Amino acid sequence: MKVEEKLALNKFEVDREVHITVDESKCQECNLKLCIYACPADCYVLRDEHVTFSYEGCLECGSCRLACDKSAIRWVNPRGGFGICYQFG
Amino acid sequence: MENFDAIVVGAGPAGTASAYVMAKAGLQVLVLERGKYPGAKNMWGGAFYGPVMEELFPDFWNEAPIERYVSRHGISFLTEVDSLSIDFRSQRFEKNRAFIVLRAKFDQWMAKKAEQAGAIIATSLEADDLLYDGSAVVGVKVGPEAFPASVTILADGANSLLAAKAGLRKDYSPHDVKQGVKEVIKLPREVIEERFQLEGDAGAALEFIGACTKGLPGGGFLYTNRDSLSMGVVVQLASLLEHQTKASDLLEAFKNHPLIQGFIRGGETVEYSAHLIPVTGIKILPSLAKDGLLITGDAAGLVLGTGLILEGANFAMASGVAAAETVVRAVNKGDFSQTILDHYGQLLRKRFVLQELQTFKKAPAFLENSRIYTTYPELACSMAMKIFENDGSLRKGTFKALRESMKGKVSIWQLLSDALKAKGAL
Repeated sequence: MKVEEKLALNKFEVDREVHITVDESKCQECNLKLCIYACPADCYVLRDEHVTFSYEGCLECGSCRLACDKSAIRWVNPRGGFGICYQFG
Repeated sequence: MENFDAIVVGAGPAGTASAYVMAKAGLQVLVLERGKYPGAKNMWGGAFYGPVMEELFPDFWNEAPIERYVSRHGISFLTEVDSLSIDFRSQRFEKNRAFIVLRAKFDQWMAKKAEQAGAIIATSLEADDLLYDGSAVVGVKVGPEAFPASVTILADGANSLLAAKAGLRKDYSPHDVKQGVKEVIKLPREVIEERFQLEGDAGAALEFIGACTKGLPGGGFLYTNRDSLSMGVVVQLASLLEHQTKASDLLEAFKNHPLIQGFIRGGETVEYSAHLIPVTGIKILPSLAKDGLLITGDAAGLVLGTGLILEGANFAMASGVAAAETVVRAVNKGDFSQTILDHYGQLLRKRFVLQELQTFKKAPAFLENSRIYTTYPELACSMAMKIFENDGSLRKGTFKALRESMKGKVSIWQLLSDALKAKGAL
């Protein structure tokens, strides 16, 4: 089962306001791209040697924030009421 | 805006327990929860241990949404294809001291109890900053809006952004946390009870060590809910990064292990979740108090993980209770300075929270030993194979077989040294 299929089962209140911003100028100097391995929701995907990012499936675990050694990720919680809404947990 | 005696950030076990105790003592308490409802942001493996819940809510067993009590504890050592399990079952476990819950339901129930005691639970509100008077914290901010309070209790979980902002601790490093990923898998109640040999409201808590994390520090877990299973893997974040491995891939491989396949066959995944767990325990304990501010639960890293014992929610609740008692005392004295609030740390040191973290202080370092997740599960399974298989070749004594299995994998001295370290850590 793919991660995106699993995420499709979850309930999200997607905010139009982005809660994670990535400074791509720092990403260009980054070889390790640890965000890809840190994220359990595949929010960071490698395409043509560039990391593309989407926040919609974010499970708000915060791993990418701790993993990025370039401090390229600005991570805050989504606004109150938005983001992941676990039905089971 | 009304000045509250206390504002609690986060309606998980720590926050709700503290709000409940303070409200019962007659304090004006506001709980700010960023989720749409308490529990919306929360996930865990599955089980709650110890007498804390009963001390706080004597009737909880009859009221709370509990999935099952734990009558069966298992630990399995896995290679890619084999498994060797220790399976402890007993009818002597106290039902209300080890039970499995799903957080989205359970946290709502607990928050309701705090509300009934008089606390205000405000959901969908993200406290994104603290309110200061000089260096003293005097409440929180939600966007531009200020919420003043005599004391603020941080109970905002492993990822507490406010803890770092308030200068209580440095941000965690990837070595300080494990990442847990989990699926909830629906299965009919009868199937679960037959498959796991459970009767009525009895349940199983199973742990897995070895191939489920491809040898990285961590493990797999499986808990039986009433009509679903909670299963997943927990892996140190630093090792995921170092080995360029995704926990989501480990989870998929774990699901395909023959042992696990037998458990989850025919089930339907209904939710996928992830969370961080602070694991370095007492080593990275934050400052627990400053003027007008206390920190509790996962936000303070109060989690006990020894590999055999995996507890967090009861530590969270106990810390919430200690914080509440400290605030009640501070209100009576009319003094919210750090000197008075330091009482909280004294209570934690007197109670099991810091005593047990101290007892098992060597566990986090011990658990970084990669042989626990590679060599020893392989050794255990290869020994079992040697003992139970008769392929027609001439058999050797058990000890000689062990020495042969160890060859090239681990020396006798390494084995003894690890055993000694285990004695010190566990």
